[in-house]
Amino acid sequence: MTVVIDKSGPFAHAPTSVQRTMTLVLAALLPATAFNIWLFGWPALLLFAVTLAAALATEAGCLRLLGRPLSPTLWDGSAALTGWLLAMSLPPWAPWWIGAVGSFVAIAFGKHMFGGIGQNVFNPAMVARVALLISFPVQMTIFTRPAPIGQAGSPGFLESLAITFGGRFDVDALSAASALGHVKTELSRGIPVTDSMAKAPELMDLMLGTIPGSFGETSAILILLGGAFLLAKRIITWHIPAAMLGTIFVLGTVFNALDPARHADGLFHLLSGATFLGAFFIATDYVTSPVARQGQIVYGIGVGLLTWIIRTYAGYPEGVAFAVLLMNAMTPLIDRGFRPRVFGRTRRGEPLPVKGGK
Amino acid sequence: MKLFRVRGGVHPDYRKELSSEKATVPFPLPKRLYMPLQQHIGAPAEPLVAIGDRVLKGQMIARGAGAVSAPVHAPTSGVVADIGNHTAPHPSGLPQRTIVIEPDGEDEWAPLPEPVADHLSLTPADIARRVAEAGIVGLGGATFPSAVKLDLRSRYKLDILLVNGAECEPYLTCDDRLMREHADEVMDGVRIMAYALEVQTVLIAIEDNKPQALAAMTRAAAGLGGDIRVVGVPVRYPMGSERHLTLALTGRETPARKLTADIGVVVHNVATARAVSQAIRSGRPLISRLVTVSGSAIAEPKNIEVPLGVQVSELIAFCGGLTEQPRRIISGGPMMGQPLPTTEVPVIKGTSGILALTHAETNEKAAQPCIRCGTCVTACPCGLVPVEMAAFIRKDNLDGAQAAGVLDCVSCGSCSYVCPSHIPLVHYFNYAKGRINALERDKRKRDLVKKLVEARAERMERLAKAKREALAAKKAAAEAAKAAKAAAEAAKPAEAPVSEDKASEDKASA
Repeated sequence: MTVVIDKSGPFAHAPTSVQRTMTLVLAALLPATAFNIWLFGWPALLLFAVTLAAALATEAGCLRLLGRPLSPTLWDGSAALTGWLLAMSLPPWAPWWIGAVGSFVAIAFGKHMFGGIGQNVFNPAMVARVALLISFPVQMTIFTRPAPIGQAGSPGFLESLAITFGGRFDVDALSAASALGHVKTELSRGIPVTDSMAKAPELMDLMLGTIPGSFGETSAILILLGGAFLLAKRIITWHIPAAMLGTIFVLGTVFNALDPARHADGLFHLLSGATFLGAFFIATDYVTSPVARQGQIVYGIGVGLLTWIIRTYAGYPEGVAFAVLLMNAMTPLIDRGFRPRVFGRTRRGEPLPVKGGK
Repeated sequence: MKLFRVRGGVHPDYRKELSSEKATVPFPLPKRLYMPLQQHIGAPAEPLVAIGDRVLKGQMIARGAGAVSAPVHAPTSGVVADIGNHTAPHPSGLPQRTIVIEPDGEDEWAPLPEPVADHLSLTPADIARRVAEAGIVGLGGATFPSAVKLDLRSRYKLDILLVNGAECEPYLTCDDRLMREHADEVMDGVRIMAYALEVQTVLIAIEDNKPQALAAMTRAAAGLGGDIRVVGVPVRYPMGSERHLTLALTGRETPARKLTADIGVVVHNVATARAVSQAIRSGRPLISRLVTVSGSAIAEPKNIEVPLGVQVSELIAFCGGLTEQPRRIISGGPMMGQPLPTTEVPVIKGTSGILALTHAETNEKAAQPCIRCGTCVTACPCGLVPVEMAAFIRKDNLDGAQAAGVLDCVSCGSCSYVCPSHIPLVHYFNYAKGRINALERDKRKRDLVKKLVEARAERMERLAKAKREALAAKKAAAEAAKAAKAAAEAAKPAEAPVSEDKASEDKASA
């Protein structure tokens, strides 16, 4: 009997695949997503669906244009994940074209321009978020008050179609500032953080997520749940999230202690904005983060540091997207400088000195 | 005992339960035995028999050639049917010089070396010589001639003999069975080897998933005296890798491009220890070994004491044959074993297992683009960055791959095993290692040729110079003679024309 030989071993393989990885990440996003669809009502669901569909359509279009087969790339979950994460970072009642344009930018410019899956330098979802934020600052900063489905103030399905596809909703009546935005605006008006914090959401609301904010970012506790699931499944490791969250918390706490009128405290930084989503789902993006544990810690610290600096000193209230993109650009350098020590060699790559024996 | 941390590694699906509770059975005499002349690392052995010769069981039929080589012995009595090329148990499927023996069924022993009851009566050099003559090689799969490794004490300062019973490859259970069934013989071999190496400390490492083997070996070691410790090591592939096992047990890290002997440790496999015991106690050479035949495509997985030279197809038939067309036939374990192109190849000294794996077991999928997940970096027990090396090799940038450390890769397969994109990383690395070695060989060859050409040019130049000088000296002498003659001529002019002719002859020859 003969058997074809076309490669060397091993001839066993862990039950892993790109598809499995992506599916688990999507599953981890599910609780927070479901909660926020409930919280922000039908318009959020519509925007989510449009963004996801646009991501898949763009992926299919790009693959077709490049003459590559649709399968398995289109269905491996990577394009869906990009669209999903982008949708989570959008204001929940944003018009449909924000999601569509965003997905197009993410997949076409953020991913396929660089050569497709695995080749992009920058996180596609964050590329789109920043592109949208700069191009359409008005639509990207109108956040709505939570109006859970089935409760007073929640639009019906037809009304929601008008909101998402017709852009018809009463901005003044329904909009509200995000927690970070509120603090930033007040600070720019000369009101110290110590005072503005009084009107900021309670810590408990920040944890649960019953606050105005981006579609998928509000519920720290549900995102943490998803993150814990990914850690348990060993899809991600603690290095990036811990380094990023730790850095933000330490900086927030220290500077708040030094000057409470100017700086929000560490816990507030942790629980508001995209901190948790960024730490567990965005900064941990495989393609655009360092491959070695050592590098991942450096990278996580960098994202945390830049996030805090942008939130504290720059014009934008939120800095996770910018911080992630800036650190993405550093990833190749980090990969070079921070890597494991090779067996039998010193950190500098020289063979270890011979010792031992009698 | 305190163990030291080793980075990386994976937890493959071990599947040892397929054969671990099957006691070893002997293989009946086959119709033909195929004995390749190279069953070891080093130079092929040289045949000592001719076609038609009758050979006896245990008779040396090919002798080791050179410092690193090993002889081959007849596994049974019979007639040499052929000495020619037969397919070798190697992925290439290329033929190799092989002695074919047709057993006569008598199983008649040849006269063997004198059994030695007290190994202390032998010198360490005697033991190494007897091990060499018994054709013993590393039976863990590396097949390095054991005698060479037993003779290291003269060149290295050794203090620890590490006996490898880890058996970290999935499916394989032959070392497990060996330790359970022949613990005393193994322990005897261990003591002989420790004596030959002149080391005081013996560590016997067994993965914790073999509790019965651990118990049996611990029992065998009890009351022997001396510093012999049986140590359970964590179940994590590739724990049985020589360097990693040494690090885990002794905390000593083998420097890159060095041997464990450089840090005082010699590692031998448990099956090698048993073979050494047999060679010394009964003079029996290495003519059989324990082989695990397993995998889901095998009807009845078994552990078999197989005479060397039995065809893999017969071994599979002995295990009830195949239940389905396997995806891969492998010699060794699934992680580092070699795929076999056909089952018409013999069992040799390094064959620890024959696996027939189904599609479901190999779980092979088409490679997808790398998503840089970094799992390979975490899994690598050598601290390498496989994703980076593979990127270099894909572009055929061998210098880059070498700088990234591809030559420090032990091809354990942990990275390929975990890769979610199913990229055959080890395949890339083996390709790069082969190419780099070939290029280096070429370069050495070129350098040698260049050196020889230069030496030749220099030699020719020297010869020409010597000739010129000799000529000049001759000419000078001739001229001096001429002058002398001329002076004489002045006195006696009659012979002048002759001398003139001679001078012109000299000029022509120049």
